[in-house]
Amino acid sequence: MTSVITVPPSLDDHTFEQVVEQLAAVPPDARLLLDARHTRWSSPYGLTALLTLGQTRAERPTLAVPEAEETAGYWARAGFFKYADELFELSGAVPRVRGGESSVLLEITPVVKSEDVHDVVGRIQQQATRILTTELHYDAKATVGFAMSLSEICQNIVEHAGRGGWVAVQAYTWRKRLGNRRVVVVAVCDAGLGFRQSLESAPGRVLDDRWDDGKALEDAVVRGVSRFRDPGRGQGIAGVRRFISRWDAKLSVRSGTAKIALIPSWDEDVPLQEGLAPFPGAQVQVTLAERVSGGPR
Amino acid sequence: MMIHIDVSSVLRQTLSCELYSNLVTRPTGAAVRTQIEALLADSRERSLTVIDFSHVGMIDFSCADEVVAKLLLRSVAEERVQREAYFLFRGVTDDHWDAIESVLERHGLALVLQTDDGCRVVGTVNDRERRAWETVYELGRALPADVAPAIGAPQDDAARLLDGLHRRRLLMRLDDGYVAVGGLADRRA
Repeated sequence: MTSVITVPPSLDDHTFEQVVEQLAAVPPDARLLLDARHTRWSSPYGLTALLTLGQTRAERPTLAVPEAEETAGYWARAGFFKYADELFELSGAVPRVRGGESSVLLEITPVVKSEDVHDVVGRIQQQATRILTTELHYDAKATVGFAMSLSEICQNIVEHAGRGGWVAVQAYTWRKRLGNRRVVVVAVCDAGLGFRQSLESAPGRVLDDRWDDGKALEDAVVRGVSRFRDPGRGQGIAGVRRFISRWDAKLSVRSGTAKIALIPSWDEDVPLQEGLAPFPGAQVQVTLAERVSGGPR
Repeated sequence: MMIHIDVSSVLRQTLSCELYSNLVTRPTGAAVRTQIEALLADSRERSLTVIDFSHVGMIDFSCADEVVAKLLLRSVAEERVQREAYFLFRGVTDDHWDAIESVLERHGLALVLQTDDGCRVVGTVNDRERRAWETVYELGRALPADVAPAIGAPQDDAARLLDGLHRRRLLMRLDDGYVAVGGLADRRA
């Protein structure tokens, strides 16, 4: 018997929870059909998280691709089908990638080893500088912090996940949420160990009664705790936190059954969500919003 | 013995790739530091090494920890007492500074930075230490008696302060006197 998981019409970090909730009710070895036929839009988080979902299944799931040409075309330009083809049985019309204008800053890129991080940072720098300074009106200095943060978040996969993941970066306009403001969204998703299991592997780690995914995220993201004893560890995430705070950006990290977020002035998310449906690995999103007078710095 | 190390060249050798100019990832940082340490392995009991970042695009926190912090930590470690390794950092721009400053703070380290305007000590140093270092740098070579008035302290205190800066490899000891790390390089330039 095949279990059908409906992919929401608009797929982002919030609505991906609907996918995870449906998945929680399905045995790990069940045949799966991911129905994205009516999906019309996806954020980089949605696409990279879908790929990680494909990684988690014992049996290769089927993915019914979006019927809307525009949507499928965007997924193709973002590089989604290149990797989805290895993880899913694709059902429906998969468009060829055509050239032309694209809002994709960094198409979906696998992160498995250290060299991949070099590749990501090298490829994105020039375009990110242009978008951040001309469209989001950031100081040129922010572009270095952006590349550093991207590097550190991707390294998290190489150092801790135990299996490869993906990164994608896109610039677009938030018409409803931010009144036509431009945003840059970074998504880095993996289906590896996750924060809790990674921290539990630290030698001599004492776990208290409160220990769970939420506490693990607080330790890692807020307090910079690392599984390594080396005192130099944990600086990467601390640096990302400083970058997020300086530019009034948003960072959210989902791992296991919890999600933690550093909330900027322009957003109303909750800082910590616990008791979510379980999903392996870590899913990170950074959102930078266009600076306007009276708004984000 | 003075050695010049172009970090960008070491990076390209380490990665066997001409395309990358960014110092990112901890494994890359560890490999670059290992390469630098190998270059310094033959150095005699006292060496001054210029670590040149001029052609490095950017450096992230993990790489700065491996390349800068661990290089400095090892140079001040007990086992290096018999072989004094001094470092002078050159070509450090705003694009590198955030990460380097962060790791210096984290480990309580300081280094000497050379710019077009001369040299200065940066990182974790207090006001008295900074004033003492600057006095030695300005004088070229100084004794505790020369530094004591500048920091407004007795000569014994100045001697202890200078000894501490020497142990942190920010000053070199020559006979009874001290020379600032950057001061020596300026005179050789």
